[in-house]
Amino acid sequence: MKSTVVNEVRLAFPSVSANEAFARSAAASFCAQLNPTFDELSDIKCAVSEAVTNAIVHGYRDALGEVQLSMKITDDRVFRAEIKDKGCGISDVEEAMRPLFTTDPENERSGMGFTIIENFMDSLRVVSAPGKGTRVIITKKLSMLPRVKG
Amino acid sequence: MLEYENALKCITSGKCLTVYLEGDIDHHNARTVRSRIDTKIYIQRPEELILDLSRVNFMDSSGLGLILGRYTKAVELGILFKVANPSPQIRKILDLAGTERLIKIENIPLREQRMY
Repeated sequence: MKSTVVNEVRLAFPSVSANEAFARSAAASFCAQLNPTFDELSDIKCAVSEAVTNAIVHGYRDALGEVQLSMKITDDRVFRAEIKDKGCGISDVEEAMRPLFTTDPENERSGMGFTIIENFMDSLRVVSAPGKGTRVIITKKLSMLPRVKG
Repeated sequence: MLEYENALKCITSGKCLTVYLEGDIDHHNARTVRSRIDTKIYIQRPEELILDLSRVNFMDSSGLGLILGRYTKAVELGILFKVANPSPQIRKILDLAGTERLIKIENIPLREQRMY
């Protein structure tokens, strides 16, 4: 059965680090309509924060550019987010996704961003090529909780 | 002794320095927090450093980098290093990186914490 999009939002902001907190708060606010558990909300905030930070730190390493965050929820309680930049891109996506791999150890980057996203979300897809920017697509299906009213 | 070192909440007890991190630890503010902690370490030269995370609302891999970086610094300077009171969410991140192989993680009950 194909799921139907019940709501969606698209945000665009410059690659300044203050927007990392904005982006994850926006994701949390958008998800709130699905009544997520505290853990689900924390996982989504963290995953969005990682992907947006990657766009700012790595995508636009020495430049300022636009980061796009598009989010959707479907009637089967799936949250989907796409984080897109038009930055330098990644030459070897597989290598970039390896735990502890970082191109920037001097600034204490832990190299755990993609690993955290993979663990906190149900799916992670990275589409990137040098000079072509990067798209990170993440999804998470939220649990059905018995809600007691009154 | 309670001090606010550049808005960093610290308690010194003997040769033990406890730093209470607060709020969100992300890429945006990790650098500031890092330099504040390092300044404090260099001035004070404690024998033990505890990073207390009980007041941290949010942390991502930048926070992990901050913790691992302070661990490295502590080892260089011969300081005993511990992390205290991570939330379950932060604990998940620490565990993913296998942090416990290197760093002692303690849960210090609130009533035993030196209050400020």
